[in-house]
Amino acid sequence: MFTNQLSLVIWTPIVAGLLVLATGGDQRATLARWIAVAGALAGFLLSVPLYCGFDNLNGGMQFAENLPWIDSFGIRYSLGVDGISMLFVILNSFTTLMVVLAGWEVIQKRVAQYMAAFLIMSGLINGAFAALDAILFYVFFEGMLIPMYLIIGVWGGPRRVYASIKFFLYTLLGSLLMLVALIYLYFQAGKTFDIQAFQAIAKIPLHVQILLFIAFFLSFAVKVPMWPVHTWLPDAHVEAPTGGSMVLAAITLKIGAYGFLRFALPILPDAARELSTIMVVLSLVAVVYIGLVALVQSDMKKLVAYSSISHMGFVTLGLFMFTGSHLNQWAVEGALVQMVSHGFVSAGMFFCIGVMYDRVHSRNIADYGGVANKMPIFAAFMMLFAMANSGLPATSGFAGEFMVIMGAVQVNFWYAALAATTLIFGAAYTLWMYKRVIFGEVANSHVEEMSDVNKREFLVLAVLALAVLGMGLYPQAFVAKMHLAVNDLIAHVAQTKL
Amino acid sequence: MNWADLNLMPALPEIFMIAAVLVILMLDLFISDAKRCITYGLTLLTIAICAGLQVYTYAPVPEHTFSGMFVNDALSALIKLCMYGATAVVLVYTRQYNETRGLFRGEFFTMSLFALLGMNMMVSASHFVSLYMGLELLSLSLYSLIALQRDSVKATEAAMKYFVLGALASGLLLYGISMIYGATGTMELAGVAKAIKSHNANGMLLVFGLVFIVAGLCFKLGTVPFHMWVPDVYQGSPTAVTLMVGAAPKLAAFVFVLRILVQGLDAMVDQWQGMLALVAVLSMAIGNVTAIAQTNLKRMLAYSTISHMGFLLLGLIAGTADGYASALFYAIVYVLMSMVSFGILLGLSRAGFECETLDDLKGLNGRNSWYAFLMLLTMFSMAGIPPLAGFYAKLSVIKAIVDIHLYWLAIVAVMMSLIGAFYYLRVVKNIYFDDAQDSSAIVMRADMKLVLSVNGLALLVLGVMPERLVVLCVEAMKHSLSAI
Repeated sequence: MFTNQLSLVIWTPIVAGLLVLATGGDQRATLARWIAVAGALAGFLLSVPLYCGFDNLNGGMQFAENLPWIDSFGIRYSLGVDGISMLFVILNSFTTLMVVLAGWEVIQKRVAQYMAAFLIMSGLINGAFAALDAILFYVFFEGMLIPMYLIIGVWGGPRRVYASIKFFLYTLLGSLLMLVALIYLYFQAGKTFDIQAFQAIAKIPLHVQILLFIAFFLSFAVKVPMWPVHTWLPDAHVEAPTGGSMVLAAITLKIGAYGFLRFALPILPDAARELSTIMVVLSLVAVVYIGLVALVQSDMKKLVAYSSISHMGFVTLGLFMFTGSHLNQWAVEGALVQMVSHGFVSAGMFFCIGVMYDRVHSRNIADYGGVANKMPIFAAFMMLFAMANSGLPATSGFAGEFMVIMGAVQVNFWYAALAATTLIFGAAYTLWMYKRVIFGEVANSHVEEMSDVNKREFLVLAVLALAVLGMGLYPQAFVAKMHLAVNDLIAHVAQTKL
Repeated sequence: MNWADLNLMPALPEIFMIAAVLVILMLDLFISDAKRCITYGLTLLTIAICAGLQVYTYAPVPEHTFSGMFVNDALSALIKLCMYGATAVVLVYTRQYNETRGLFRGEFFTMSLFALLGMNMMVSASHFVSLYMGLELLSLSLYSLIALQRDSVKATEAAMKYFVLGALASGLLLYGISMIYGATGTMELAGVAKAIKSHNANGMLLVFGLVFIVAGLCFKLGTVPFHMWVPDVYQGSPTAVTLMVGAAPKLAAFVFVLRILVQGLDAMVDQWQGMLALVAVLSMAIGNVTAIAQTNLKRMLAYSTISHMGFLLLGLIAGTADGYASALFYAIVYVLMSMVSFGILLGLSRAGFECETLDDLKGLNGRNSWYAFLMLLTMFSMAGIPPLAGFYAKLSVIKAIVDIHLYWLAIVAVMMSLIGAFYYLRVVKNIYFDDAQDSSAIVMRADMKLVLSVNGLALLVLGVMPERLVVLCVEAMKHSLSAI
């Protein structure tokens, strides 16, 4: 549609965010909300041509832009998407729209700043997915910490200060080491920060690869988050406002996994292969152990947060399924489907919890019971998301998990067997929570006073539900787009750099 | 010296400045307190004219004059322009603060100009004597500026500490210079460099001289283990003077170090590299860790300065032209950041109230979201978070270090900046997450508001488009260092 479609997708929300900020204090809150929703909608609509105009038969980067930026450092403003990153740009623009709607009248304090933070973050996240220059990626990757820090800290729950600082420092720890690794690669690749040039470096000794891999690992594993560096996530999720949790779970976690497949795997294939067993073990610990941890949570948000870690364990598992020097295609594609699907499902789950929280002001499972009597429409929607979260066939949650398990069987039966336990644990913690909250007799006077969803909430729930169902019934719409990009990745990883 | 051959052009801005200072000094005696803004205006005008002259006398090829004691090159021109800008901005920021505290006096203006003149000398010196002269002119002006608030016990104590320790450091520096002179037989930087390269100098004497010189330089930069004065001086001085001490003099001190170590003692890079690496690591570690424990914001910023100076040294340690340029870039960005942070403190202070503790910033977002935003930019920039100028400053020095394969140093540096991020985040937390304890309106002069906004947004603009400034730094280094 436009020649600089990606720039538009990145900068439209940011400019809209600045406009929202310019509306000033809360006396013009309504104006701020409408500008925000217009900006988010424009951002989403601008991202749609990325999908429609995407050429499935072209394996390279599409919608590419490449301009000089900081020549003396060898940094370029270089953008482009392949079938993988394109999906996440759209997912992110979509989630931002949902988040703006989710915070509509719930947020009453500093509305303009709240909406602006989400819009600016949305632009930065799009940038991180679209960047083809390592420093440009890093700028977007780190830049998004600032709005997220403020979102958790200003609009969060009682322990927001602790959670926000923990979130920030944890993420920063990893990315700073990655920065050193990127600078090292800059010199190896002939003084350029171009990611494709990094991937094309012909020789890196194994011990160097392993050190670099550790640097990337720390950065992306914190972001995913993988066990044992996951502890910031439950804190951040519990304290963040609903919108913050939605974006965190739906998008920012994906950047970690995306980092693995954009940086760690193709740039350092030999280290990835050497260390794949460790990665698989960490992923399986996340799937099994964190699944058990989720089972005992009494706080709904914490439960979904742990469930996110467990699901993301599936993603990292899928990314490191090696047979010889070849990645397993089923597993990688499954991981990607799981990422997109988890984006919709977790956003839906967190939004449902937010809807209940706005009415009762509690996230404790024990404070609920019999919500279905008072909110039948809501209960139906939440049923769908809960089913998707536990991987029921015909929902998006099933497709990804099934593909990863299929891939894992081909690599090692026991990997697959352990991974498959998630189908039990996932169903157990999600449905048990659902049962305790939604079914039964009306538990107390607070639940008695609950009213069913309003039009705005219905809209958000319906759109998310359509996405979950659509993806479950026809995953091909996504898989077809990513197919060549995944082949490309596998070919890169198969090429040794020793 | 043959007067007929003397070319005064390269020193034209300095000559004009000293004449103007004397005029302002005299004029000020005949002006009543109510009309003090006349000399204030004249001071700003002087700086503006000097900046104009600086551009006018710019020479791409270094010009030496006064028998090789003074040099006008691209590096000095760039730094001087930055210092003019910084001093002018400081004068604008401090006006309101000084007016409410009886510091809006002729002495403040003339001392500031004398300090600026001293800095110009330091930056343009190519001889140990002129370097030392510039340094002393700067130091003495700063001592008296700090003590300007005569009835303040804290300020007097700070001035005394600074004076005694500063004199000691000057002594160390002079002692080191005398040894270098003894070994090489010359005080001229180019001559010293030549003598060392030709291996005619006594190596032992040189190394001893170097140690003393590095100690003296580290004191002036305020790096560990010669950093003790920094927090006390920052906290004890009136905030206006703290800003004066913390802004432009850092640039001058950096070029001072560059002139001596790179232009004079270039051949001894192997020796000073190790010393500076140790100093840099200690500065980053002690600066950042100690800053966490501070409740006084001025003291916290002092420790943050110490850590920033450690980062700046990384660029020098690299010992490459790119490294020097990155350190220069770092110094300029640092000055921009420190000016915003102290500018906000000055703006929040009012008659009878000093804004200087962390708690004083609580709820600033609720009181005035624009100043809160500017402080947010500054804190994240200091922490080195993109897309702010501080990120590129850190990126460029770390790049210089990785270039010479000092990976451990790069890793130490990024870990230290992680520790540093904590206390910057805490400032942001106070501003955004907490409720205001003091809800009185913030009154700021319109000119200050404008300059402060430009200053703060510069961090963001430089963060999005740093290329121009980076190129300037690289070019300045290239033109000036090729002379050696």
